[in-house]
Amino acid sequence: MAITGKPIDRVDGRLKVTGTATYAAEFNQPNMAYAVPVRSTIAKGTITTFDTVAAEKSAGVIAVLTHKNASRLKAINPEEQMKAGVIFIGEDLVPLQDNQVHYFGQFIALVVAETYEQARSAAALLEVTYNKEKHAIDLVSELPKGYKPKLLFGREAQLNTGKTADLIAASPHKIEQTYTTSTENHHPMEPHATVAVWEGADKLTLYDATQGVVITRAIAAYFLNLKPDNVRVISPFVGGGFGTKGTWLHIVLAAMAGQVTKRPVKLVISRQMMQTNVGRRSATIQKIALSSDPKGKLTAIRHNSETYTNLTQFFEPSGLATAVLYEAPLREITYQVAKLNVGAPTFMRAPGEAPGTFALESAMDEMAFEMKIDPLAFRVLNHAATDPETKHPFSANYLLECYRVGAEKFGWSARKMQPRQTRNGKYLIGYGMATATYPAGRSSASARVQMTIKGEIKVMTAASDIGTGTYTVLAQTAADALGVSVERITVEIGDTNLPPAPIAGGSQTTASVHPAVLAAVETLRKDLMLLAFSDTKSKLNGRKADEIDFAKGKFYLKGDASISDSYADIMSRNNKQIMEACATSMPASGSGLGAPVAPCMVVPLATEENSDAKKYSFHSFGAQFAEVWVDEDLGTIRVSRFTSVQDVGRIMNEKTARSQIIGGVIFGLGAALMEETQYDKHWGNPVTRSLADYHVPVNADVPQIDVHFIGKPDPHISSIGARGIGEIGITGVSAAIANAVFNATGKRIRSLPLTLDKLL
Amino acid sequence: MRPFKFSSTKDPNSAIKMLMDNTNAKFLAGGTNILDLMKEDVERPDELIDITSLHFTQIKTISEGTNKGGISIGGLSKNTDTANDPVIRRDFPLLTQAILAGASAQIRNMATNGGNLNQRTRCSYFYDTAMPCNKREPGTGCGAREGINRMHAIFGWTNNCVAVHPSDMCVALVALDAVVIVIGTDGKSRAIPFADYHRLPGDTPHKDNNLVPGELITSVEIPKNNFAGNSYYLKVRDRASYAFALVSVAAALEINGNQIKQVRIAMGGVAHKPWRAIEAEKFLLGKSASNENFKQAAEAEMQHAKPLEHNKFKVELGKRAIIRALTQAMNGGTNS
Ligand SMILES: Cc1cc2nc3c(=O)[nH]c(=O)nc-3n(C[C@H](O)[C@H](O)[C@H](O)COP(=O)(O)OP(=O)(O)OC[C@H]3O[C@@H](n4cnc5c(N)ncnc54)[C@H](O)[C@@H]3O)c2cc1C
Ligand code: SF4
Repeated sequence: MAITGKPIDRVDGRLKVTGTATYAAEFNQPNMAYAVPVRSTIAKGTITTFDTVAAEKSAGVIAVLTHKNASRLKAINPEEQMKAGVIFIGEDLVPLQDNQVHYFGQFIALVVAETYEQARSAAALLEVTYNKEKHAIDLVSELPKGYKPKLLFGREAQLNTGKTADLIAASPHKIEQTYTTSTENHHPMEPHATVAVWEGADKLTLYDATQGVVITRAIAAYFLNLKPDNVRVISPFVGGGFGTKGTWLHIVLAAMAGQVTKRPVKLVISRQMMQTNVGRRSATIQKIALSSDPKGKLTAIRHNSETYTNLTQFFEPSGLATAVLYEAPLREITYQVAKLNVGAPTFMRAPGEAPGTFALESAMDEMAFEMKIDPLAFRVLNHAATDPETKHPFSANYLLECYRVGAEKFGWSARKMQPRQTRNGKYLIGYGMATATYPAGRSSASARVQMTIKGEIKVMTAASDIGTGTYTVLAQTAADALGVSVERITVEIGDTNLPPAPIAGGSQTTASVHPAVLAAVETLRKDLMLLAFSDTKSKLNGRKADEIDFAKGKFYLKGDASISDSYADIMSRNNKQIMEACATSMPASGSGLGAPVAPCMVVPLATEENSDAKKYSFHSFGAQFAEVWVDEDLGTIRVSRFTSVQDVGRIMNEKTARSQIIGGVIFGLGAALMEETQYDKHWGNPVTRSLADYHVPVNADVPQIDVHFIGKPDPHISSIGARGIGEIGITGVSAAIANAVFNATGKRIRSLPLTLDKLL
Repeated sequence: MRPFKFSSTKDPNSAIKMLMDNTNAKFLAGGTNILDLMKEDVERPDELIDITSLHFTQIKTISEGTNKGGISIGGLSKNTDTANDPVIRRDFPLLTQAILAGASAQIRNMATNGGNLNQRTRCSYFYDTAMPCNKREPGTGCGAREGINRMHAIFGWTNNCVAVHPSDMCVALVALDAVVIVIGTDGKSRAIPFADYHRLPGDTPHKDNNLVPGELITSVEIPKNNFAGNSYYLKVRDRASYAFALVSVAAALEINGNQIKQVRIAMGGVAHKPWRAIEAEKFLLGKSASNENFKQAAEAEMQHAKPLEHNKFKVELGKRAIIRALTQAMNGGTNS
């Protein structure tokens, strides 16, 4: 019986719960030194002096690096970087190259010492003086000085600017509202960490907490002027990423420290640095206008997103979901971006869709209320059967089914249209829902598979498991394709010595890597079968492939399982200790986030599998339902129940998939109710410096989360039929909760997070 | 974290002597606060004197003196043991509720009662050595006064400092008229009424309390009372657990018929010290226990509040929290 899809436990679960899975910071090396970065205490200006004497004299200190003595690295150069595959660099700022300060907390020096404690205590002794300049920190006042980006992920950023104004103004049924979301930080459990080990002057190994070893290698090699082949990045386990573990240039700080000290160097980012140096989701101000005909059919959608950026092309693309949800003849999506003296924003779980669906799906709820239509019925009425912008058919789209299943499981029919109708003691109870969506990408990936005569199978690919379950689902795919148990499979990932795979970003790992693994395993199986067919000692000698089936480590004749030959016997008779196969899968639309080259045999695409973004629109969809209990006197909101129904293609493992959605919903719940990075206007520093100030949900905040999958394979995305699952879970969650709060209290809160002061 | 010397002793007098011998030394109890502050470079002692082996860990009924019949909790008893002591649960449930509303089970297992009293503010400017802070470095200014002050005080602050005391336990203790027992350099005990233990910032915000150098908390005494059936600790915070109070209220009533014979109200998250709501108490004493009276009592207290830029909501929240806590106390002090 096939194991793929089954809710099996994580194959690496035992390692994790027993603390024996090795994370980046745990790769201790003999003679290792420790590096601690020093951060700027102004948000803008220039460094005038460094007094490093006390730090240098401090016990155990080996070196203090500043822009004055640090080696010169390659400068930021987008065109050249693109050629070298240097994408997903966190911020366009190479550390310790000059005296400029662009944001509070910027790395301006590095102390290297015998122990972490010594490095940290010496770091506190560094005296820095600045020439402080006026910084920009207030989004609202900086927006007018901002810019209108032309491109968004290589496509036209501004859509139909100004074109909806007349239509909406003239419409008798419309709403126009402004929604705001807060700056958030990713805060995975494991901080970023790097251990840099040099071998001579030109070979470097980095043990790094990264979402993509291949990209980290490209970045390290580029800035340090090394040949990519001379850099190895190892990252077997990653304690969460959520987008913050693309690559930030503290990795080159660790490498520079290694060059100077001629020793392996460990650098671990502190929780405070995670607020300043490794990205954030910027705050947004989103203006939405909707107009509809008297029957509730939308006639126009306008979504203007304002946000900020610094030191990167990236800005929070809040209009993304608005381009694919709902049919409306006219759609305007625009962006205005300010520049603030804050560290670079970056991808954070469903970048764009997460804050964007808060605005759009709150507005949909408001419009439905205005039109006196049930909000779910209103969405069904405006459902887009084909991609409303590109006009391409969706590769698969079961959104209507998600609505139906969700409504039934949640008990949506019990919802009252008018707010404030349901009470229990001091609580007002409300229901809310929202649509979820996230694009389904697929990139090139390669995998190698080995089988020993003992039947031990190794699957090797440079993919990452950032806690999502990659180890487990890859083992399931390989086990089924060979007809062996999962225990036989060892998965090796997170190492640039393995065949390349894309960064674990954009929810693409499953969709991209499984086709490669499957193809490699199938090639191996075929090679083995052909050996049997040509082996006179085999009971299957002379047979043909279509007569054969396989199970339990054997090939057998269809219809008569007694005529069989085991993999081990075939290998032993043919003197094969080990057999191996390698495959590259390259989607029709190109390599995407993966390597452009194909190191292995390229798998031909199946006829149906037309992963061509020019023919199909690839998206996942879902429906989110929330029940809230609001203590109106105190303003506290408790999410008491949550139902999430997801159409994400085929499910590779019910359990790890469910965990991804649960995690996404909790992430959304955090954004809805509490997460907010606040900056002091005088200093430009985040005052939410630790997890005591930056609140994320604790168990007591999290209700039972009921997850359902439609589970129908997507015939076009790949031979596997699985789309990504890591990000969609967060989308729509904050709107579902805010809509439920409205249903409970009659108060429409358009600003996240929904802290209790906003309800008093 | 800077290098420091670690010392240990079983004898209170030598602990005090060690402290007096080194002006840069500090006591270490559970370490849940002082170690964090050292890692953040906020506290910079060069010696820690481990006092966890001192014998001040008993929780016992007081058999003589002014507080006879009350309870004495050791300065080094753990927060968890204090909260779960059967006599405290029965006779002083307000204290149990307040302790259990704070921190997490793991932290309460380490945290001591003395350490809880002496824990420092959670003002994030205090924690960030790049920021001005009169409490951390007198004379540098108050970062929070014009900065982000949502969590900060609405009572008793000065321009020198607008921080709040973070403890939940202390809010119950001030409501229950507890007394802090300390010993000093002369080896003698001194009793400090709880309301006089912590200080308002004035122009010396670096001083959190009125301990004199060398003093060690040996116990806290709570006089006998008749509040057990009608007390309630309400904590309002930004998430369901593991967050400091935006506003908290300890309410205790002794009701005869419908008349309030005794009332105690204290608030957390509103001032530099656990805030005894004297005005509200005065208003209620002798009146009937009713929602209307609770409301007026809350008004009476909160009319003196002086909110800052980001914490205006605490005034309305404070009123509602007082009313809610009193109502819950009146109804038997359980969650409903
Ligand atoms: C993440 C986190 C969340 C928290 N949340 C809450 C919360 O919600 N509510 C709440 O009330 N508290 C909370 N706390 C604070 C916690 O209650 C305190 O840290 C704890 O009570 C301190 O006790 P300790 O024994 O660990 O003190 P230590 O850290 O050992 O000492 C604290 C200070 O007290 C001094 N000291 C200790 N004992 C004595 C004594 N006997 N005599 C004189 N001086 C002494 C020490 O020298 C030191 O200066 C939280 C703490 C953390 C880390
Ligand atoms: S409020 Fe007090 S603790 Fe906070 S910055 Fe001001 S002086 Fe320091």
